Amino acid sequence: MARVAVSKTYKLYIGGVFPRSESGRTYQVTDRTGTFMANAALASRKDGREAVSAARKGHVTWAKATPYNRGQVIYRIAEMLEGRRTEFTSALVDTLDMDPAKAAEEVDAAIDRLVHYAGWTDKIAAVFGGSNPVSGPYFSYSAPEPTGVVAAVAPSGNALLGLVAVIAPIICSGNSVVIVADAATPNVAIAFAEALATSDLPAGVVNILTGQAAEIMPYLASHGDVNALDLSAAGAVLRTTLAQAASETVKRVYAPKGSPDYAAIPGTGRLRAFLEIKTLWHPVGAVSLTGGGSY
Amino acid sequence: MSKPAAAATTPAAKQPTPAAKQPAPAAGPHVAPQPLPVQRSKPGLPPDVAAISASNSSLKAFLHALPAVDPVGLEARVAVLGTRSIKKDSKLQLIDLAISMVDLTTLEGADTEGKVRNLCRKALLPDPDYPDTPRTAAICVYPDMVRTAATTLAGSGIRVASVATAFPAGRSSLEVKLADIALALEAGADEIDMVIDRGAFLSGNYAKVFEEITAAKKACGQTVLKVILETGELGTYDGVRRASWLALLAGADFIKTSTGKVSPAATLPVTYLMLQAVRNWHDMTGQRRSVKAAGGIRTTKDAIKYLVMVNEVAGASWLDPDYFRFGASGVVNDLIMQRRTQKEGHYSGPGYVTVD
Repeated sequence: MARVAVSKTYKLYIGGVFPRSESGRTYQVTDRTGTFMANAALASRKDGREAVSAARKGHVTWAKATPYNRGQVIYRIAEMLEGRRTEFTSALVDTLDMDPAKAAEEVDAAIDRLVHYAGWTDKIAAVFGGSNPVSGPYFSYSAPEPTGVVAAVAPSGNALLGLVAVIAPIICSGNSVVIVADAATPNVAIAFAEALATSDLPAGVVNILTGQAAEIMPYLASHGDVNALDLSAAGAVLRTTLAQAASETVKRVYAPKGSPDYAAIPGTGRLRAFLEIKTLWHPVGAVSLTGGGSY
Repeated sequence: MSKPAAAATTPAAKQPTPAAKQPAPAAGPHVAPQPLPVQRSKPGLPPDVAAISASNSSLKAFLHALPAVDPVGLEARVAVLGTRSIKKDSKLQLIDLAISMVDLTTLEGADTEGKVRNLCRKALLPDPDYPDTPRTAAICVYPDMVRTAATTLAGSGIRVASVATAFPAGRSSLEVKLADIALALEAGADEIDMVIDRGAFLSGNYAKVFEEITAAKKACGQTVLKVILETGELGTYDGVRRASWLALLAGADFIKTSTGKVSPAATLPVTYLMLQAVRNWHDMTGQRRSVKAAGGIRTTKDAIKYLVMVNEVAGASWLDPDYFRFGASGVVNDLIMQRRTQKEGHYSGPGYVTVD
């Protein structure tokens, strides 16, 4: 007797668990030939709200972790992907009709990108911060800090590499992220979430919503508890409306011109976009007046 | 599932209610089943408090004759009540009502006068950006902080509640408990939150619990007395029903779920039973007693579920800060955030409210 294939229902990834959409809605995902492949959750406004409160909790834990530890965890995500290379490769081939060799190349590039950012975590403070020479009796230090909760749109072209290229620089410095996955490839995004769920990443650091960015993002853009938006993958019209909504609550908005090349060597732009620089001034105290102070 | 109102039959109304006659299923075209009419128990005779409280055995006879609680039916009914969807203007009204019902509470060993004063300011002006936000009903503190609170809130109409009677365990002598009440009253408390002796209650010494409540009520005089049952320690729903009736018989103005120091604190099912007892008491005696749900209420959604239940079980006239209260601190911030969401049209965040 022929076996009946088990088709998967892709759920959301919020706060380290995989819930269905609060709205109960789903949409159908098709493979490269246009035939039904799976159902995916169609996230709603309220799922966005749940994701933001999960991300706020995740941010608190994640920002407190040592940079060394964050690097270890991000490296472990790379390890998890390495173990599932064939799964991701065939997912890319099935949904996007990619050439198998090219698909494998993209999966490798995504893993390498994670390793790249895993190395960055404990170097951010040294590279973007430091002591400032000031003309006065003060020590002046600048220290980079994470911005907080970032809402992002995932690119539609590079299903896995694009997703990783957006998420990794955001979480690298201690931010948490709520990302709306590309509507055509929720299977890749949620498979990535399954890798995240098994990689010691604290709950809520990465939250993945599947559905329409145009539906969910406006609520995230105006949400008072979201600190920044990554709109580099959003279309021109959506960018403008979201940036306007974000201005009401004075969010940081990252929306560079043009469409980014995710395969290229990443600069530090994405990393710097979600850092706040805190500068501390401390008076230089003379050890004793008789010992001859510097002033 | 049978309507739980039927299970609320009071002990004084013991006559069996005739089984509701259901029309025989009609053969022929399908007729949609009609919902069963809500059955309210008939008000019985007012309980003879003197006779019931004459001895421990008479109290026991009364309390153990109360109808047993059907836990499955109770929880199912409560779950259904929690599914009401309340939006827009109705939600805003309920948020305002909920804020006005809060006893803003701080009961920590680390409380300072500064912290109590800050909390009083929050009670006076919960959301400085929206001065039309209603004030909370009361501030709830330990007896030694009552004077600070009373001074800060003087003339505002916000009441000062104080826990007393060796809160939270209640493990002390009656003299010490009464002295604790006297201390709070002397410092200017408008309301006293006492704890019952759960040890005595659980070992069946109902008379001791009854006497302590009556003594506390006597000490309070005209001051409102809230009796904390600490439902998390009572073990069963039957225990909650018995403790509620015991406190009502002894003259409690409010019956309150919990101290907030024991988990589980307030839950919807136990609050349901307490509201039912208060409702039955009103039906029997005409006296309107009150309920306070304390501890474990953290979100606006929780608060609204409680208000729906108050309306359904006790009645709309209990939707008043005099007859229903929330003992909480964190929920106020969530209520304020939800209120802002309703007013501003976008979600607010914890960064926009005060840290208590």
